[in-house]
Amino acid sequence: MPEVKVTIDGIEVTVPSGSTILQAAERAGVRIPTLCHHPDQEVKGVCRVCVVEVEKSRTLQAACAFPVADGMVVRTNTPAVREARRVIVELMLSRHPENCLECARNMKCELQALAEELGVRQVRFERKLKDHPKDTSTPALIRDPSKCVVCRRCVYTCEKVQGVAALWPAYRGHETVVVPAYDSDMIDVVCALCGQCIHACPTGAITEKDDTEQVWEALGDPSKHVVVQTAPAIRATLGEEAGLPPGTLVTGKMVAALRRLGFDRVFDTDFTADLTIMEEGSELIHRLETGGPLPLLTSCSPGWVKFIEHFFPELLPNVSTCKSPQQMFGALAKTYYAEKFGLDPADIFVVSVMPCTAKKFEAARPEMNSSGYRDVDVVLTSRELGRMFRQAGIDFEKLEEEEFDDPLGVSTGAGAIFGATGGVMEAALRTAYELVTKKELKELDFVAVRGMAGIKEATVDLDGVKLNVAVAHGLANARTLMEKVARGEGDYHFIEIMACPGGCIGGGGQPIRTTNEVRERRIEAIYREDKRLPIRKSHENPAIKKLYEEYLGEPLGEKSHELLHTHYTPRKRV
Amino acid sequence: MAREHEGAVDLGRVDEIVARHKGREGALLPVLREVQDAVGYLPQEALERVALGLGLSLSQVYGVATFYSLLYTKPKGKYTVRVCESAPCHVQGAQEVIDTLVRELGISFGETTPDGLFTLEKVSCLGVCGVAPAVMIGDRVYGNLTPETVVAVLQEYR
Amino acid sequence: MRFYRAHVLVCAGTNCSLKGSQAVRQRLLNELEEVGLADEVKVVETGCFGLCEQGPTVVVYPEGVLYCRVTPDDVPELVREHLLKGRRLERLLYREEAEKAVQTVPQVDFFRGQQRIVLRNCGVIDPESIEEYIAHGGYEALGKALTEMKPAEVVAELKASGLRGRGGAGFPTGLKWEFAAKAQGDVKYIVCNADEGEPGTFKDRLILEGDPHAVLEGMAIAGYAVGARKGYIYIRGEYALSIERLEEAIKQARKMNFLGDGVFGTEFAFDVEVRVGAGAYVCGEETALFESLEGRRGEPRLKPPYPTERGLFGKPTVINNVETLANVAPIILNGAEWYRGFGTEGSPGTKVFTLTGDIVSEGLIEVPMGITLREIVFGIGGGIPGGRAFKMAQTGGTSGGCLPAELLDVPMDYDELAKAGSALGSGALLIMDDTHCIVDIARVFARFFEHESCGKCVPCREGTMRIHDIMTRIATGRAGEKDLDNLEALARTMTMACLCPLGQAAPVPIMTTLKYFREEYDAHIKEKRCPTGTCRDLAAPAATPAAGKGV
Repeated sequence: MPEVKVTIDGIEVTVPSGSTILQAAERAGVRIPTLCHHPDQEVKGVCRVCVVEVEKSRTLQAACAFPVADGMVVRTNTPAVREARRVIVELMLSRHPENCLECARNMKCELQALAEELGVRQVRFERKLKDHPKDTSTPALIRDPSKCVVCRRCVYTCEKVQGVAALWPAYRGHETVVVPAYDSDMIDVVCALCGQCIHACPTGAITEKDDTEQVWEALGDPSKHVVVQTAPAIRATLGEEAGLPPGTLVTGKMVAALRRLGFDRVFDTDFTADLTIMEEGSELIHRLETGGPLPLLTSCSPGWVKFIEHFFPELLPNVSTCKSPQQMFGALAKTYYAEKFGLDPADIFVVSVMPCTAKKFEAARPEMNSSGYRDVDVVLTSRELGRMFRQAGIDFEKLEEEEFDDPLGVSTGAGAIFGATGGVMEAALRTAYELVTKKELKELDFVAVRGMAGIKEATVDLDGVKLNVAVAHGLANARTLMEKVARGEGDYHFIEIMACPGGCIGGGGQPIRTTNEVRERRIEAIYREDKRLPIRKSHENPAIKKLYEEYLGEPLGEKSHELLHTHYTPRKRV
Repeated sequence: MAREHEGAVDLGRVDEIVARHKGREGALLPVLREVQDAVGYLPQEALERVALGLGLSLSQVYGVATFYSLLYTKPKGKYTVRVCESAPCHVQGAQEVIDTLVRELGISFGETTPDGLFTLEKVSCLGVCGVAPAVMIGDRVYGNLTPETVVAVLQEYR
Repeated sequence: MRFYRAHVLVCAGTNCSLKGSQAVRQRLLNELEEVGLADEVKVVETGCFGLCEQGPTVVVYPEGVLYCRVTPDDVPELVREHLLKGRRLERLLYREEAEKAVQTVPQVDFFRGQQRIVLRNCGVIDPESIEEYIAHGGYEALGKALTEMKPAEVVAELKASGLRGRGGAGFPTGLKWEFAAKAQGDVKYIVCNADEGEPGTFKDRLILEGDPHAVLEGMAIAGYAVGARKGYIYIRGEYALSIERLEEAIKQARKMNFLGDGVFGTEFAFDVEVRVGAGAYVCGEETALFESLEGRRGEPRLKPPYPTERGLFGKPTVINNVETLANVAPIILNGAEWYRGFGTEGSPGTKVFTLTGDIVSEGLIEVPMGITLREIVFGIGGGIPGGRAFKMAQTGGTSGGCLPAELLDVPMDYDELAKAGSALGSGALLIMDDTHCIVDIARVFARFFEHESCGKCVPCREGTMRIHDIMTRIATGRAGEKDLDNLEALARTMTMACLCPLGQAAPVPIMTTLKYFREEYDAHIKEKRCPTGTCRDLAAPAATPAAGKGV
């Protein structure tokens, strides 16, 4: 690509032609503040915070959008630039509530950081808030339009990344606000509740519903036996809540910290991830043998499940009837575990720590009560757990590592990789290969299904049986793939879908500042965890074998069907 | 909200409009205009059919419908009285005409008279500045208005 | 063609229609039938004649006698006197001053100062008749371009003519066409911007009503020049009559093969489709117009890329204003040199203006570029009614600047008006006499932009609202000095940092009023007094109360 020379604040840099001023400034070591800009999104240029002077230009230009030209001279720190940025940020602040200290995004808010960066100490315009009520209709998300700065980052994510477009700008001028159609409650629209909009949002306009109080209450109630399960992706992200860099694995410290909080047992969703492989793998083999319906679609990701219920109800027979690992855990905790340890299931309180906001919705689904009780009582996101650790004064870094409790804490590398895109597929293939071929699988890494490519396809040879598989993450990719399936193309046998980009490590409940770059580092951590574990195939998990021997009988057996499988509900398409 | 319109939305008609425009580039705006002409406004059930038919999300369609001042997502009175409040009309005495309308109809802007006859609206410009001050009632424009003549115009519709 | 002894032209432009010209026309037909002149006198319904203030207007040819404010009840007398007896009906003749009746069109001051290129057919031909358009030289230019000129020659002619965009920005039209002609791509578009939303502007409406084929011909020539096969006319939803006339004109042009495949027996194919807006001023901005035409919220796009690279549906697009396109055929027919004979060096040609406000002759005029504001207001426009004093003129519509009496001698062209802190813009001229309050009118400007901001970029979305807030505070006596500081800071920020011209121009009208009428702001802010007595919440002026509005 041809290169051009640009001078930014007197510093000459050479950048590829077609670069933006912002990119050139980065190269020159000049920081330009931004707000609507997001590294994973297309340029919007709407906040105008990044305006700079370009020689010979009548007006200031948005650095995030304006392309450089050879010989261009740019100034980023002039009176006109400083005044414009300051006025713009004050204009935003004057439409934003003043209760930063009470906000879930306090100290993690980009608007707050921007105001600090520009040295705003006083807002010259009178406070005028938007007159839209807070939406608390879903068990997963809280939407507070009064905090919305209309940067449209969530709009981009909802449409382009997730293929849903439930959030869109409505009205005009200063009345413009990002809302679902007809200002409906989120529970009444086609939202998958994936929570990716939270990662897009620079402020606290969309947050998870905070359920930490319920957990504190349960922990303080001596009559309750409080158990916790931690999703595969949490151990690769929770460290960020304690200030550790992305990609730090904190499995042992996490277990220790959960014990400090007072949980009676610390279990692992990886255990039921292995169980899912047993059930879903068997389901796949059964469908292959009996002719369908194929392709089999995974069902672990509740955002995905809600999405397909809305947009492809005709494909619901293809979705695996397996409950997600979270729900399998809840059902077993209040049956198998209760029986085994002589506990009254009524006293058992199951808390999940999940990377996901949609898991809160999943746990609240009316059919998720096959134990006779609500299978999972409270779902916390990793952000909420981080909040509890801070409240409890836990110094995460100084904790000694501890082990999960038996028996629902025993797991394999296959369970661990459920946290990353392609992980469920890879875990399933490790088991399916051995179950179908009765031979030992030598090369455990199915690299073709790993990584951040949106749709990944592979054909796996199960000793003569060719299995066509596909993996998609991000619901827009899922939509593309499902449209193909609905047209009868692709000849797939098995498809893994995770609602969130990168899989659960990029889930809507994960620590703030989840970008694609951060996602990649978390994925690396997930595969380190896989490598670290002595057993890497679900069907070799001794606790799973024991569970079938002692309680369930066999995969897809009667007990499994009762406790571990579910059904789906077609929902409205618009 | 949609009291008097409940059950009255002819969705078949909406589907027919959508079908006629489907595949045409930039179909949404012409579709919305026609649906509004057919239904009177743009109720949710109609826009759901539009969204489904054109492969858009309902929120996207709603975002468009609420952007343009000639599209209505809420039911209106039988006649929409649109008063121009632009500078050329203002200079020619629009304020007195506006005050008279508000007084005569007994409603403020954005409201509908209790008999469902009139909805009063302000608009930025009707494009008939040569006959300022101007008011549009339904499809008809009235120009060179005074407080006296605007009352007479209203009478035509009562 | 049938021979008629006389033609009676009845203006059917929107303004005359609103004043009852349809009833006049019907009565004329009835009356001619009754006196047995139906075969000798032809009644022609024309587009706007320009003299809207005096409407409904009727012109009787061959003499060109101009009758004003004609009511249906005047018709029997008019027919009997003029058409039967050959005597002019004195009482309906146009009067420049009370005592002096003017006989015919060329004698009227209102027309004497005008140079009609764009409006050549307006008020002259029946806009619903393609035959009349052809009879007046219509589609000759298209024929010439297609059969005698290469596309590049058409572009070169336009470039040489110096024609600049008449929508407001004044970008050289030939250059725009050249960019589009050179842009890569098989599919290109010509878009006619007829989303005339600027308050005080109704020229495009009257051009389209009065001479729709002139615009279609200009579009077809543009299509040939840049290699486009499809044109769109995006027109505002309020312009029902223009839409009707355009649809009819397109049908006729297709029938006579001026549109469609193989135009003039050549390989050239071009067709035009009308798309109707839904009420958003910002859609007059070209990229917002594309968004709207594509079925989205009419929010402006970032530039670059420019429309000639990536415009409508992502394809290279020429977007021109109605008036610009109406200039094209005469330029092709008569040549660039001829066109440069009008106007100024930097702004050749003519400009159509719409006169509104406190001016004797409200209406539509076309004058050479460079004519002074004074000549328009006091020459063609007949001055301020009721003997009041001129206070200010806003040029270019609500986004233009306000000029005080000291600047009456500013030449009206792109560059001179820009120097004066205003803009030629759309050609709107809003005249205000000394009964009007500057703060009050600035508040109305501010309200307009608050309502019409699209909401996409922060400084415009929030800034327009804040400016309106501040203006309201000033007009109601609640403002302090700090408000003026904030107003100025907002204005600087918006002008420099907004995404599109709407936000960049929004502060202009307000800041020019502040610049030229500072003392009136001070009276409101410091003395809590409105010198004209307009602002109701403030004390009446100490001195003589303002007289009622000029008649």
